[in-house]
Amino acid sequence: MASHGIKDRVAIVGMGCTRFAEHWDKSLDDLIVEAAEETFASAGVAKDDIDAFWFGTAQSGMSGITMARPLQLEGKPVTRVENYCTTGSEALRAAAYAVASGAYDVAMALGAEKVKDSGYQGLNAFPIPNDGTSRTLTAAAMFSMVAPAYGKKYGVSEDQLTEVLARISWKNHQNGARNPRAQFRKEVSTETICASPRVAGRLGVFDCAGVADGAAAAIVVRAEDAYKYTDKPIFIKALSFATGSGSGLIDPEYDYTWFPECATAAQDAYAQAGITDPRNQLAMAEVHDCFTPTELVLMEDLGFAPRGTAWKEVLAGTFDRTGPLPINPDGGLKSFGHPVGASGLRMFFETWLQLRGEATPERQIDTDKTLALTHNLGGYPGEMVSFVSVVGTELG
Amino acid sequence: MTRGIVSIAGYVPYRRLQRADVAKVFGSGGGKGARSVASHDEDTSTMGVEAARLALRAVPGAAPRSLWFASATPAYLDKTNATTVHAALRLPADVGAYDFGGALRSGPGALRSALDGSGTGTTLVVVADLRDGLPTSADEVAGGDGAAAVVIGDDGPGTPVIAEFLGGSAVSDEFLDRWRTAGDRRSRTWEERFGETRYVPLGADAWEAGLKAAGVTAEQIDHVVVTGMHGRAAKALGRKLGVRDDAMADDLSATVGQTGAAHVGLVLAAMVEQATPDQIIAVVSLADGADVLVFRTTAALAAWSPADSVAAQIAAGADLPYGKFLTWRGMVTPEPPRRPEPQRVSSSAAWRNEDWKFGFVGSQDRSSGAVHLPPSRVSMDGGAVDDMVPIDRADTEATIATYTIDRMAYSASPPVVFAILDFDGGGRFPVELTDVDPDTVDIGNKVAMTFRKLYTSDGIHDYFWKAKPVRAGSPDPALTD
Repeated sequence: MASHGIKDRVAIVGMGCTRFAEHWDKSLDDLIVEAAEETFASAGVAKDDIDAFWFGTAQSGMSGITMARPLQLEGKPVTRVENYCTTGSEALRAAAYAVASGAYDVAMALGAEKVKDSGYQGLNAFPIPNDGTSRTLTAAAMFSMVAPAYGKKYGVSEDQLTEVLARISWKNHQNGARNPRAQFRKEVSTETICASPRVAGRLGVFDCAGVADGAAAAIVVRAEDAYKYTDKPIFIKALSFATGSGSGLIDPEYDYTWFPECATAAQDAYAQAGITDPRNQLAMAEVHDCFTPTELVLMEDLGFAPRGTAWKEVLAGTFDRTGPLPINPDGGLKSFGHPVGASGLRMFFETWLQLRGEATPERQIDTDKTLALTHNLGGYPGEMVSFVSVVGTELG
Repeated sequence: MTRGIVSIAGYVPYRRLQRADVAKVFGSGGGKGARSVASHDEDTSTMGVEAARLALRAVPGAAPRSLWFASATPAYLDKTNATTVHAALRLPADVGAYDFGGALRSGPGALRSALDGSGTGTTLVVVADLRDGLPTSADEVAGGDGAAAVVIGDDGPGTPVIAEFLGGSAVSDEFLDRWRTAGDRRSRTWEERFGETRYVPLGADAWEAGLKAAGVTAEQIDHVVVTGMHGRAAKALGRKLGVRDDAMADDLSATVGQTGAAHVGLVLAAMVEQATPDQIIAVVSLADGADVLVFRTTAALAAWSPADSVAAQIAAGADLPYGKFLTWRGMVTPEPPRRPEPQRVSSSAAWRNEDWKFGFVGSQDRSSGAVHLPPSRVSMDGGAVDDMVPIDRADTEATIATYTIDRMAYSASPPVVFAILDFDGGGRFPVELTDVDPDTVDIGNKVAMTFRKLYTSDGIHDYFWKAKPVRAGSPDPALTD
């Protein structure tokens, strides 16, 4: 029994991503077609060249037909995938494993979400009949319990914590402002961030991910075939996944200052990829900054900073786009937006652009490192699913 | 065989409306003093549960054979509300649970029937009411919300009678003084003078008959209250009772208001709590006739103490802005959060999880001791399968480990105050707080569980538990773990 991974056996050879936005004028079908066509063109293939499809959507549709119909895929295996906010990452994981197994030569993962047709604020889970005893809190409220617990454990004052969280939001808005595909393309001052209306606990509007519609996709092939499609393939080094038992919610030992599922997924990914010093080996990372305290804690769960120290690194600019380890150079969930089923693939899209040197010049990171990480989570503190991938431009 | 009250408790909800606040908004209406206000998450069933928990807590040996629930404002029609109370109290399945429906007189009627049932075992009578009126009306401010629970039985080991039922009387008459048809928002009343001319002589007749049945004279009465929604008639009758001046007890109209079908129970609880052994207590109810109940407290009263007295609950109340009151009563509709409304509860899922949902019973792994809320078949600690025993956490205090305030979640009264609780003796559960001012919540605060209605959807009330602060001066609700 072991998690062996598929290091260097599968490559991403084409990607596409719509702008993430409140696309009042676009349907789910429009978003699927747009992301798919860009991805086909990116890999230089036609839809008939693809053997199998994995379609990730949290709740914009059911079954593979939701993707097959707008693209008119005839008789191909199309599977719908759902795993909370990690849905897009799961679609890619399934496609990569299918190719690695030898079952298919070419597979596509596409994630899409049409969030803004609900008429409600925020994200709303599809109701499942139940006994009426489960929580009805917003995600913001659940994650808002992290910051005070972190501050108390590590002796960070409320004022310092406010500054740290504002700095994370400020950075992600700085990055999004330079990204033509991001939902929010404005820099926001820390004063504005701190003055924003409270949503839950101490979290304000600017501490929360943007709610957007969007789609993103990737085409994967066996690594040995990669150069038939592109001269700059991105090789998969690690794909890891950890699902919590939900016991964090009822276990008095859990203290809301970390996400065990994320730490577990990171350790597995580093073992698969052979990474021993993530902070110095990675060129960049895309992490699941659904709320600002989430990004803070993830810096420690992912091993970028020792426990209790990430807040200092945030203030020191370590994770700025021009810092030693850029985090969310595309703007992250905060300013790129969060169409649930698409977000995991959007993270891969940023590694695709940055590692290939194809980000627009004003936001291209300057690095000679060849590895990047994506981290995607779903659920809540105490009850979470977590995905971590490592990708790179070189074999070995 | 001596039959009477084995235990008794009132429940007065936490919030108060200062009557003067009505005139500040409308320029008219209102009055002096305050009335009690049920929280937005309370109804007559939940208030009845809270009263019954208090009454039973004071006599751990009581094993009711029947549960009777009376209210003029039941949460459900057709469906029995007593079964909700029965489930929350975790009474055995072979305990009958019945509603006395609809009328204000159902409260005194249920009490009288149980007191007359010598040899029928212990009966738990729960009375509860929510009194409404249109803004600026007399009913709006004269009414109150509350409940009472009376454990009635034959004197016996472990369940001594603390107030023996000496006798009573009933006089019935058909006349329209106050009425309401199903679905009406408010009661309607005939000209006040007419009701007074009916109630005062009816009450006097009943009083005379009641004293005779009890074998006592008016001068012997130590505590008496005349209750009824017709305030003028109740006052006028009080002057004609012929009791000593010091015998007229507080009818709670200045601090709680008239709690309709519940009021006989509530004032009776307050009188028993203030009485000493070997005193005569009487209560008169004016509703579609008149009912009189007369008791003599016994030596066992000295050893009985209320779990949370009516006086203490009245003193612990906190004011509610009039606007919130109108919102909670559905008289005005504020802008809801832009979030989906809750879906209706699944009946079959709720039934499968009855002990959890209504009784707040989790499970405890026998090997590791880990407490699971809700109950689980597989242990989170060690992975043992189907090796759990039930663990009741409804009567266990907890400490706030951390908390948050959710301004976006759907609620009948935003914001939602939510806390992670660590229970004394084991178990953690994230749950909503109620009867709380968000500014006073802090890590380390003690809370106790309370049975509430989370929301109503498709006419289905979603009952479950919340936590409320244990306030300084209020007694420890936990008798045993």
